[in-house]
Amino acid sequence: MTREIAVVAFAQTDTLRTTEEQSEVEMLMPVLHDVLQQTGLKTADIGFTCSGSSDYLAGRAFSFTMALDGVGAWPPISESHVEMDGAWALYEAWTKLLTGDADTALVYAYGKSSPGSVRDVLTRQLDPYYVAPLWPDSVALAALQAQALIDAGHTDEPELAAVASRSRADALSNSRAQLSGSVPHGDYVVRPLHRGDCAPIGDGAAAVVLAAGERARELCERPAWIRGIDHRIEAHSLGVRDLTDAPSARLAAEKAGAFEHPVDTAELHAPFTSQEVVLRKALRLDDSVRVNPSGGALAANPIMAAGLIRIGEAAARIHRGESDRALAHATSGPCLQQNLVAVLEGDPR
Amino acid sequence: MPDVLKAPLVVEFPFTRSLGPVQSAFLTGLRERVVLGVRTGDGRTLVPPVEYDPVTAEEIRDLVEVAPTGTVTTWAWNHEPRRGQPLDTPFAWVLVKLDGADTALLHALDAPGPDAVHTGMSVRIRWAEERSGAITDIACFEPNDGTTAQPSGHSGEFEDQATGIVAEARLDYVYSPGRAQSGYIGALSERRIVGERCPSCRKVYVPPRGACPTCGVATAEQVEVGPRGTVTTFCIVNIKAKNLDIEVPYVYAHIALDGADLALHGRIGGIPYDQVRMGLRVEPVWTEGGRYPDHYRPTGEPDADYETYKELL
Repeated sequence: MTREIAVVAFAQTDTLRTTEEQSEVEMLMPVLHDVLQQTGLKTADIGFTCSGSSDYLAGRAFSFTMALDGVGAWPPISESHVEMDGAWALYEAWTKLLTGDADTALVYAYGKSSPGSVRDVLTRQLDPYYVAPLWPDSVALAALQAQALIDAGHTDEPELAAVASRSRADALSNSRAQLSGSVPHGDYVVRPLHRGDCAPIGDGAAAVVLAAGERARELCERPAWIRGIDHRIEAHSLGVRDLTDAPSARLAAEKAGAFEHPVDTAELHAPFTSQEVVLRKALRLDDSVRVNPSGGALAANPIMAAGLIRIGEAAARIHRGESDRALAHATSGPCLQQNLVAVLEGDPR
Repeated sequence: MPDVLKAPLVVEFPFTRSLGPVQSAFLTGLRERVVLGVRTGDGRTLVPPVEYDPVTAEEIRDLVEVAPTGTVTTWAWNHEPRRGQPLDTPFAWVLVKLDGADTALLHALDAPGPDAVHTGMSVRIRWAEERSGAITDIACFEPNDGTTAQPSGHSGEFEDQATGIVAEARLDYVYSPGRAQSGYIGALSERRIVGERCPSCRKVYVPPRGACPTCGVATAEQVEVGPRGTVTTFCIVNIKAKNLDIEVPYVYAHIALDGADLALHGRIGGIPYDQVRMGLRVEPVWTEGGRYPDHYRPTGEPDADYETYKELL
């Protein structure tokens, strides 16, 4: 790798159960302005812009083109969009910076889940021949994975409840979180998962600025250098996968260099408590690692932005000097089908 | 700030999907109450079968029949079935490894309650009464007494093989247009057309979307524009749109309302379609009870000079 690239700014909105008084661009604009202000950059200074979102969430076709109004895309800018979590938009921007075509990149993501029924919306990402016609919702598929973990002796319901309560206790220090403090674990949604095992449904947006080399040092006192980043995917058919493991997450972590030195912090994108159990094992995170100090996705999970927020939260801890080497993870698809891992480091102090 | 506007929005999208040879054989088999798997290069049998080996990506075509009985590999109790799911009474989601298969199939299990379900339990297929060559030809699974039904020894060749499926989908939303567009729609119902001015470049956007696409900043200052305006460009529509009660040909035009820095679009009426021209001066026509202009008609003023609207083309 010939260029060093860092996260130099991060901003996120509050995650709210509904933002019906705002359009998507109205929700997004404050975080775009926030990261530009943090770096002193203007739209015209940004070399590449990349975003992640899904029109299915709010049922608005080509909503990402409307969202571009918030960037100021005239005169024309160099821009791209992925119908994926913003973490994958960040991956594309990182690649663009590696080529030397740009020195700075603006990455953003947003999701408005409140207009629709997200459990049903997410069934539309499944195999359209054998699976989607049965409408298995996102909680049902995660519950199948949780039961497989329980059967294999990897966890039990009380341990899952403890993951939930730890996450929401940590979220007390995160003013952007949707759920924090003492939250009742609730009834079963789809057994064995209780309400408390599931991420809250919320609307939100996030933005990150990336910069290369010396530009990063000019824009940020302590850049969060991306030492490695990789993403991998597993077969779409649930029945061919071992749901108690996440080999794609492990491989992404290996390719990102996560296992070369220990990390002190990990921000995991686990929208269900059971998925944290799988990820801790796959990513070899022991008790010495601070997992999800932000509260993670169990405290706020704006779909399409929650993965980018993991990278942003990990980077912000490095910016603040609270971490020296952090792992950030994003997921997509049912039961941790697709996983992205980034390793971030601060300069030695 | 006006009340937030909301309206139901139903998005329906029936996809007609063609099937590959393996999918076609599998779904035709379900129609005939035969379950087929596909054999991989290393000798595993995948059910449901796919066209390509998920590990090696090798093309696989070797069909093999498996039994309609099998074993639950994991399950989840669904006490509140949702629209479109296989059963409308509480059921268990299950992954089932059919006897003779090495991988599991997702479906529903009809059981009296969660206490009657466990991993490792024996189940069998309950066939739907009407079958069409779809995964829903399996109505669900039901508890089995543990006996293994024998495959019939089917070749995987069928007459009248299914070549496609129609995948119905419907998603229900509650649409709310946000602050700027709510203000615009609210004013329209009072027969006023309001845009918003960019605080940076001073341009007035109609309809407003809350942000200036040039400057990337929020617009907030409401500006009443029109009601008269100028046709900047237009097209003649010759194809009748579905569910639209307008005679063709008609003219659809970009109209720069007086005071606006962006043209909006609308239908032009009250003039033969072949007499509409760039620069034509028009005004909105509101129908009784209409919440927005039905169309625009000529005002009778002289045409606008090209110089006055060339920047708005």
